[in-house]
Amino acid sequence: MSPTALELAAAVRTAERSARDAVAASIEAIAAGDGAIHAFVEVLADRALARAEQIDAAVAAGSDPGPLAGVPVALKDNLCTRGVPTTCASRILGTWCPPYDATVVERLERAGAVVVGKTNMDEFAMGSSTENSCFGPTRNPRDHARVPGGSSGGSAAAVAAGFVPLALGSDTGGSIRQPAAFCGVVGVKPTYGLVSRYGLVAFASSLDQIGPFAATVADAAAALAAIAGHDERDSTSLSDPVPELAAAVGRGVLGRRIGVVKELVDGVDRPVAARAREAAEAMAAAGATVEEVSIPQLRYGLAAYYLLAPAEASSNLARFDGVRYGLRVDAPDASAMNVATRTEGFGAEVKRRIMLGTYALSAGYYDAYYARAQRVRTLVAQGFGRAFATFDALLGATTPTTAFALAERTENPLAMYLSDTCTVPASLAGIPAISVPFGADPAGLPVGVQVMAPALGESTLFAVAGALERAAPPERRP
Amino acid sequence: MTGLPDGWEVVVGLEVHCELATATKLFCGCANAFGAEPNTNVCPVCLGLPGSLPVLNRRAVELAMRIGVALGARIAPSVFHRKNYFYPDMPKDFQISQYDAPINRGGRLELPDGTVVGIERAHLEEDTGKTTHVGGTGRIGGADRALVDYNRAGVPLVEIVSAPDIRSAAQARAYVAELRAILVATGASDGRMEEGSLRVDANVSVRRPGGPLGTRCEIKNLNSMRSLGRAIEFEAARQIAQCAAGGQVVQETRHWDEDRGETVPMRSKEEAEDYRYFPEPDLVPLEPDQRWQAEVAASIGPLPAERRVRLLHLLGAAPTPAQAEQVRSVVASDLDALVVAACEHGAPASLALARTANEVAAEPSSAARLDPAAFATLLVLEASGELATSQSKQVLAELLATGGDPAEIARRLGFEPMDRGELAGVIEQVIAEHPEDWARFAGGEDKVRGPLIGAVRKATGNKADPAAVGRYLDERRARGS
Repeated sequence: MSPTALELAAAVRTAERSARDAVAASIEAIAAGDGAIHAFVEVLADRALARAEQIDAAVAAGSDPGPLAGVPVALKDNLCTRGVPTTCASRILGTWCPPYDATVVERLERAGAVVVGKTNMDEFAMGSSTENSCFGPTRNPRDHARVPGGSSGGSAAAVAAGFVPLALGSDTGGSIRQPAAFCGVVGVKPTYGLVSRYGLVAFASSLDQIGPFAATVADAAAALAAIAGHDERDSTSLSDPVPELAAAVGRGVLGRRIGVVKELVDGVDRPVAARAREAAEAMAAAGATVEEVSIPQLRYGLAAYYLLAPAEASSNLARFDGVRYGLRVDAPDASAMNVATRTEGFGAEVKRRIMLGTYALSAGYYDAYYARAQRVRTLVAQGFGRAFATFDALLGATTPTTAFALAERTENPLAMYLSDTCTVPASLAGIPAISVPFGADPAGLPVGVQVMAPALGESTLFAVAGALERAAPPERRP
Repeated sequence: MTGLPDGWEVVVGLEVHCELATATKLFCGCANAFGAEPNTNVCPVCLGLPGSLPVLNRRAVELAMRIGVALGARIAPSVFHRKNYFYPDMPKDFQISQYDAPINRGGRLELPDGTVVGIERAHLEEDTGKTTHVGGTGRIGGADRALVDYNRAGVPLVEIVSAPDIRSAAQARAYVAELRAILVATGASDGRMEEGSLRVDANVSVRRPGGPLGTRCEIKNLNSMRSLGRAIEFEAARQIAQCAAGGQVVQETRHWDEDRGETVPMRSKEEAEDYRYFPEPDLVPLEPDQRWQAEVAASIGPLPAERRVRLLHLLGAAPTPAQAEQVRSVVASDLDALVVAACEHGAPASLALARTANEVAAEPSSAARLDPAAFATLLVLEASGELATSQSKQVLAELLATGGDPAEIARRLGFEPMDRGELAGVIEQVIAEHPEDWARFAGGEDKVRGPLIGAVRKATGNKADPAAVGRYLDERRARGS
């Protein structure tokens, strides 16, 4: 079994193992295994090895390269990397190279992590299967005939396949938690504003959050600790202190009040619901007070989400017009060039959401759709607020099903959208949520259990997640 | 054209876009500077590169609040919205602006003649880049290609929207002049229309006095006071002609063609874009607290109207029309403090006002460096006759260019004031040399006064002050000797 990120960093910091060796092992694993998975769209071997050598030199010189020293990480390809193509898996960006690094990339590198590559995703993070990619789909490492989930499917698969111990993704309505559940890894969507969005190519700005994938809860906590905290380049970034993360993982749940959300258990597939209930029982056995709670407003979350997110996306994606960067399809005038470029550059799902969002914001429809969806969003947040008056954390399924087959839902967008039904509520409310692997379905496919906490309640979130990890059935570990 | 046909009234509301005089842009750290090489004052944020995010410039908010305070507006919690439309010079293909929750709500502006124009709102927004069409005909439809300069993209603007309270082209010009003076006085803007720091759109309609408002047209591209006045007059006449012929005014946006002196339709409201405004999710609501508002209010000095009163008070007597105009222009160019300071140093007010309004205002870049005490010393030399007007103006030019002591500059230029006795000697000599001229002058023929003065000046190598020579001649004639 590959070492965890924390084990690896400890070995590198004490010169027990070189960063170069750790990074080379990751690159070799990708070379050997990614042909079948297609988690990566770009591997940065030379750059990563050069960076690893710098870290080894720092260790040799007696300085500390940081808590993630020498840890190979993968980045979802909607995170800007200076001088390295950032495509969002879209033809419209082509080989565009940002002239700057995302804040999270700067922070990971400052912590000593080494970026080994960029991962596949649904185009502009729109999708739940990583099939909407101009590079072709990623496969689930646990079953190559199945999807890894999405939109951060490449990052989830890269960790699940053991290519890297850590990866970053982005979560707008579940794009970290859902693929984490499908691939059997830990995935975190932090409190909105805990992690800077500067350098994340926006899908829906009021919902987008960057978060880590890891094989263990402790690794996920370490990765989040490295990237969290105020950033003056993001006006929505919170200035509150970062919650205690690493120390919370082993704290346990004795005396904690955990609510099992009826709406996130009752409607899901039987094996998934069964694992969620077992997880709840395990928490009770670990000393928590566990009760069922109903938050009826959550039922309307998906409908509100599929108005708000496309509305923001329709505006965020307007800038891909062929004028300044990326694809340009020539035409007689600027307006025709714009139409031709967008027609050729965007995939079907992106076009669908731009149209949905444009419609939702149009004069005469704004109040019926966008404004109403905002009110529903407020109701969802209030519903969570009431539940958190009683409970420290909430628990439910991450996904309604386990990983589905490739091509199973590509012709049915609505079925695809339903994959997000359990994850969207926390996104709308801006609260932190984590998916932790907890057993499998009868076919052996991983099941994820979702924990949610109040805004900036990451300490509680990681305490519960750590307890779940310790209580999980052992066969989940590959 | 000077007036409207009897029985018609023009109704005008103005939208003035004012570029704020901040060091940096509204949402990034790029320089807010006019005239740089194209696309040099740009960064990922103002180019709208994927992944970039806006961060609001605190100084821009302060300047917007100053405008609000000066216009008597209510400063309110505000929200930025996105105004969505595709245009190549707009990097994000949306403009961050304020929509239904502007920072300044309501207000009023009093014109020098006492007319009050209501202010509906004054909100913050970002400017766009600038497109230049090149090749072909050079016009939008016939150019080979378009070049876009994004230096202006993201420059902070405040859009000041007046109520439809303006009733003539002259009043519209007076409104913009007074608003410009206020913007300069508050430090919000440099007020340079020629550099696009102030841009005006006019909503124009016509009606029978007292009747309901007519359908309005919005006139764009009013880049100077002259364009503004001409465009309103043309548009009012066009609409009246249309109505008088039994037709109806169509609501539309029209473009002022300065060369042809007419407005031409741009697009009608039926084809108008749906801007799909929604709250900008990358920014948080703006809620200036009472303390900040109070600090901003306290940072504003006296406004133009008050400053004009002060100058008029210094003049003492009722101003001539020329002086009234000088008072307006000196305050509008923010030079009234110089006049006041010069007067405090003993300069005569009317002379200080005239020199400031003309010679000093013509050198705006040097004006700020002019030492009021030196300026006053010079004006006293001129008033006492020790320097001729033309000499005084030359010394002033030197003073503006390099500074220094006016008496010293005058000496260096060879303007040594002549000793009265010496001057008298020269004048007597000239009289002796031109007996016929003197006889005619003594006999009351004033037209020979000039040639006599000229002869004295010539004899002194232009050192003699013509006013002093004239006074001597007048006195001698009065004495009858």
